[in-house]
Amino acid sequence: MNGEAANVLLYGYGNPGRGDDGLGPALAAAIEAMAMPGIDVDANYQLTVEDAAEMGRYAAVVFADAATEGPSPFWFSRIDDSSIGRLGWTSHSVSPVQVVALARDLFGSKVAAYALGIRGYAFGELDEGLSAPAKDNLGQAVAFARRALGERRFEHYAREFGHPAAGLATSGPTWKA
Amino acid sequence: MSVAKRIVIEPVTRVEGHGKVVILLDENKKVISARLHIVEFRGFERFIQGRPFWEVPVLVQRLCGICPVSHHLAAAKAMDRIVGGENLTPTAEKIRRLMHYGQMYQSHALHFFHLASPDLLFGFDADVAIRNVIGVAGKYPALAVQAVLMRKYGQEIIKATAGKKIHGTGAIPGGVNKNLSIAERDVFLRDADQQMTWAQSAVKIAKDYTVANLAKLAPFGSFDSNHLSLVRADGAMDLYHGNLRAIDAEGKVIFDQVDYQSYVDFIAEEVRDWSYMKFPFIRSIGPEKGWYRVGPLARLNTAKFIDTPLAEAARKEFIAVTSGKPNNLTMAYHWARMIELVHAMEKIHALLNDKDLQGTDLVVKGERREVGIGLLEAPRGTLFHHYKVDKNDQVVSANLIVSTTNNNEPMNRAVAKVAQDHLQGVEITEGLLNHVEVAIRAYDPCLSCATHALGQMPMELTLVDYQGQILDRKSRG
Repeated sequence: MNGEAANVLLYGYGNPGRGDDGLGPALAAAIEAMAMPGIDVDANYQLTVEDAAEMGRYAAVVFADAATEGPSPFWFSRIDDSSIGRLGWTSHSVSPVQVVALARDLFGSKVAAYALGIRGYAFGELDEGLSAPAKDNLGQAVAFARRALGERRFEHYAREFGHPAAGLATSGPTWKA
Repeated sequence: MSVAKRIVIEPVTRVEGHGKVVILLDENKKVISARLHIVEFRGFERFIQGRPFWEVPVLVQRLCGICPVSHHLAAAKAMDRIVGGENLTPTAEKIRRLMHYGQMYQSHALHFFHLASPDLLFGFDADVAIRNVIGVAGKYPALAVQAVLMRKYGQEIIKATAGKKIHGTGAIPGGVNKNLSIAERDVFLRDADQQMTWAQSAVKIAKDYTVANLAKLAPFGSFDSNHLSLVRADGAMDLYHGNLRAIDAEGKVIFDQVDYQSYVDFIAEEVRDWSYMKFPFIRSIGPEKGWYRVGPLARLNTAKFIDTPLAEAARKEFIAVTSGKPNNLTMAYHWARMIELVHAMEKIHALLNDKDLQGTDLVVKGERREVGIGLLEAPRGTLFHHYKVDKNDQVVSANLIVSTTNNNEPMNRAVAKVAQDHLQGVEITEGLLNHVEVAIRAYDPCLSCATHALGQMPMELTLVDYQGQILDRKSRG
């Protein structure tokens, strides 16, 4: 938390012990080190239901995660939770769509939510560190995130970098550019 | 010779990571057995070899994004042995226990409200479109808010004691690296009464549901089994530390008060060619009949009593259902889990009022050893960590038996039982899938695949014959 009241949350998630799955926390760490005014940074292995309770504190949230598909180096999309009723479910982690929906339904949150998908390539067995191409993508994603968070023009960037194909994500979330 | 068909359901939805179920049929289309294939972590020994032992309690958290705290503490207990620091200071032990009870509380709350309650509130056969936590949030918003805040409470305790959410460092060989400040403590004390009220309401929901539906639940995925857990020296439930106790389905003691440093003399692991995951069993009985259950149900069965009053009262109601005999009902896991939820909250409340949490004597060391074994009762059951460390402080070998591995055979049995009762023909029906999921969720297996990059986790059902030919495929989501 920075000096002034933050109204934007950057949330990086993924397991740094699973190769490129650590892209989200790596981006969060890089942004946190910049101590940007008005920006809170959080990170975890995965999103969980209690994250919904925090969403109401913010005007906007950017979920940063490794992407197994979509363009390199990254894509950036607004989260559309209109299809929440058709989603499947996993037990211990939830998707950004589900966090936003729970925040809305349970806590009256009106947070505007965006997803920053950083293209990764190696998600196999236990492995520390990012692959070389993922590191390159991370560098460009960090530069983008710094600019987007600083300018707060998320809708503009979602139109510029949105990726409809990311809607193929089958864990439930439907992404809409 | 009978001709077998295989029905493959993959992956199992609403459990972590990926898994698939193979149901083996004979030529008469009767279920022979079920095989739950789980993507267990592999390569851990290679990953850990050569690492300095003091890094292990942090490194092991990368195994799993679901229960990193359990791995953190089990590894720390093993490394306590390496540094000769197993007799922790009061502050160190109580900080670790607080962390552990926080983990138990948040995990059990998550499981019951977000994983199991949709099945219980809407029914096993309800449309999956509403039979999920979003559906619960829509129809029972107050309950859903309560569940989120219970989970959050436990997570905040973990953060305060482990230091951070990812790669917590709180437990170190021989102790902990921080205590709990008065300010931190007061935040948790402020909400403790509310949390206790919610925990008690949760156990009431589980009890009322189980008792009211006992006729339906009793045969559901159920079978007799042995049960294993740690217990305290006086036989009390102890989720953080104790000695091993195993009983059979009738309650007869198989072994008791076994020092877990010698667990290899009592527990062996069988390898089967169709699974990467091993099948533990009690040596004295053998692999065929020596398999056992762990987790909340097993702990309620093995413990002679619970040392906190509200949970003990709930335990007495629980054992009354089976007239004091071990409860072997798969669906009773949920009720047992909620009794432990109450127990964990009672322990948290007591610890928060203990001034030792603000102590400053945090670490002890003693005689250096080369072998360290650490066990604890993780939310899903007994967790074994076993390491060898050389004179250069480097880990040379590791063996882990995680809770889900301990429950490997029981989960297969539960799925087989459900399939026997609900399979019609050789077609995967929505009803069969629902029931298989419900049975597996009672155990809440940790499939350990903690990669959750965008674009993963397909939900697809596939039916193939014994030659691998796909007969049917269905998807959800």
